[in-house]
Amino acid sequence: MTTFDYAPALESRSIVTIDSSYGHFINGVFVEGKNHFASINPSNEEVLSQISLAGSDDINRAVSAARVAYEATWSKMPGKERGKYLYRIARIMQERAREFAVLETLDNGKPIRESRDVDVPLAAAHFFYHAGWADKLDYVGVGHSPRPHGVAGQIIPWNFPLLMLAWKVAPALAAGNTVVLKPAESTSLTALLFAQVCQQAELPAGVVNIVTGDGSSGALLVNHPGVDKIAFTGSTEVGKAIARAIAPTKKKATLELGGKAANIVFDDAPIDETVEGIVNGIFFNQGHVCCAGSRLLLQENIAEQTIEALKVRMAKIRVGNPLDKNTDLGAINSSEQLGKIQSLSATGDQEGAQRWSPECVLPEKGYWFPPTIFTGVTQAHRIAREEIFGPVLSVLTFRTPAEAIEKANNTPYGLSAGIWSEKGSRILWAAQQLRAGVIWANTFNKFEPASPFGGYKESGWGREGGRHGLAAYLTSDENGDN
Amino acid sequence: MSDRLEVKKTYKLFIGGAFPRSESGRTYEVFGADGAFIANPSLASRKDLRDAVVSARGAQSGWASATAYNRGQILYRIAEMLEGRAEQFANEISSLDGVTHEEALKEVHSAIDQWVWYAGWSDKLSSIAGSTNPVSGPFYNFTIPEPMGVIGAIAPESKGLLGLVNAIAPIVVSGNTTIVLASTRSPLPAITFAEVLATSDLPHGVINILTGEKSELAPWFASHMDINGLDISGVTEPSAIADIKIAGADNLKRIHSFEASVTPQRILAFMEAKTIWHPIGI
Repeated sequence: MTTFDYAPALESRSIVTIDSSYGHFINGVFVEGKNHFASINPSNEEVLSQISLAGSDDINRAVSAARVAYEATWSKMPGKERGKYLYRIARIMQERAREFAVLETLDNGKPIRESRDVDVPLAAAHFFYHAGWADKLDYVGVGHSPRPHGVAGQIIPWNFPLLMLAWKVAPALAAGNTVVLKPAESTSLTALLFAQVCQQAELPAGVVNIVTGDGSSGALLVNHPGVDKIAFTGSTEVGKAIARAIAPTKKKATLELGGKAANIVFDDAPIDETVEGIVNGIFFNQGHVCCAGSRLLLQENIAEQTIEALKVRMAKIRVGNPLDKNTDLGAINSSEQLGKIQSLSATGDQEGAQRWSPECVLPEKGYWFPPTIFTGVTQAHRIAREEIFGPVLSVLTFRTPAEAIEKANNTPYGLSAGIWSEKGSRILWAAQQLRAGVIWANTFNKFEPASPFGGYKESGWGREGGRHGLAAYLTSDENGDN
Repeated sequence: MSDRLEVKKTYKLFIGGAFPRSESGRTYEVFGADGAFIANPSLASRKDLRDAVVSARGAQSGWASATAYNRGQILYRIAEMLEGRAEQFANEISSLDGVTHEEALKEVHSAIDQWVWYAGWSDKLSSIAGSTNPVSGPFYNFTIPEPMGVIGAIAPESKGLLGLVNAIAPIVVSGNTTIVLASTRSPLPAITFAEVLATSDLPHGVINILTGEKSELAPWFASHMDINGLDISGVTEPSAIADIKIAGADNLKRIHSFEASVTPQRILAFMEAKTIWHPIGI
């Protein structure tokens, strides 16, 4: 059969300038760092730059700068003026959107189509949205006379580096807090570019400080006595460690942690749209998504045909160079993460699930994993219980709606869930029964600044986005100590 | 008075709508402000707590799915039942705490008024704490507050009735169920209050009341994996608070303590925001 293939459509990387090494961004200026480590392009293992590893001196300086900026400037500034800085930042991010997108794709390995159409525009939108809140804090709903916490220590993951920065920094600043942000070890570059945006926006020195490093740098930030509020996105394991670390202190925390979302397909679901939704649910961003629809629950009478249709669709997924505008599935972010995906997938084989991937040629260099589904999965299998955080879908079946809910809720997580059905009352019933913070009905993996995001149970504390997310950066006399 | 001998009450626990003794068989002595012996309430054990959690979990989905109007009426009914027994509570409080009858009655009246205040929130919470969210795309997107599940509470030592009500009314109005540990020193109004609950159409298991030693039971509240959140307003020792938070991290319990008594924030602290998306199209 004759097939027409796509010609490569590479996005140029010339718009981006990457320095050979970076220090930290403290008190409005870039300062020298120490103990550099390489930041790698995961699609070809090219060393992009050398990043500094923050030690206690760097964290001390950054927290002091944030404290001074909080006391002297930011907490005293009228909300409407703070808001104008956030609007400026949003506008500059829009102006430099292409640069951010290319840099994000180089550093993270995600397809340019996603960094260009999702990560960067949403990040700018987050600043624009929260800018408008800065002078309306009395209406957030946390009680009378809301006030910021002070200095926020923020630690973000590598899956959406710039977007997670925006989710953290924008509400913190709108509420009047100042920030020390630590990006993930493997993806610091867009955060460092964001530091330049802060300079261009003439944000007062010390309001945003960015320190790079690994988990040890993050722990220093969490344990620093000058930090009033922790915001963390990452694994449930680290989230619990943070909860324990701050237990003897007055620090507040928001934690956005792991998930193992059920994506439930009822037998009246429209099959083509559902298959698109399943693909988006698990293969978006290589499955490096805490809310990924990683447990597909198919009603038994449509399981076979849905899996067949899914396989046909998966065979069309284009895996390869993330800078190619045709690419659907990019590189796995690091060799370490690739190892975890490989290891859990091997467990799936050992425990008796059936693995399937479409034929696809993976690039020789870099970190790659093909789109994969496991069928014949039971609730006892590790691949049905543990977060794989990769392009690997576990398929389970159910007979009755009640069984679907039972299986969906049978997890310590509770971040997100999906429902596919044409029947309105069934969708609302299922949405009510599911113990998860975000429910996508007949859609999946949608994110918006105005829409609260966050989990039940062991998926974390608090929300990000919307009025509910902003509330986590404010307190009042009516609020409990947490 | 006459030569008639008073019939005294046996103070027991309140679990699943029944009044069992502690499975441990233990009791402790409670004395009045004048030093006179009053009663031997149960010294609840870890097993009593676990039984109470089973009861609270079993009652939770039914209580949460009752209509808000229904929950509001039951909370209001609690106020009605309490009002009718205000004198009895005032006598109990004044003999325990050594306050005047008038002061004790004032505490009872505050407790009654708090039930009325929280009852009224049941069918208004979603309106003020929920939202429809304007997203950039053809989606209907809304956020609703939902009860968190099973919430434990350690009531304050002072004001055995009012402190207990402060803790449990905001927990249960939204559809949570609760296990509350009463004031160790003034536990009697809490158990008498259970008699109010038993006659208020409250489904069994929604509110469970334990009496006992805070330092013994608080760590078991903290580490129980089927408790979703804790109000530890009754724990004041910093190292005890830290220990509770450390143990609670095992299932990421939502742990709070409060200064303010009447605020919707106390209700919302034990609710989860659920956001639902659906496409709009023809």
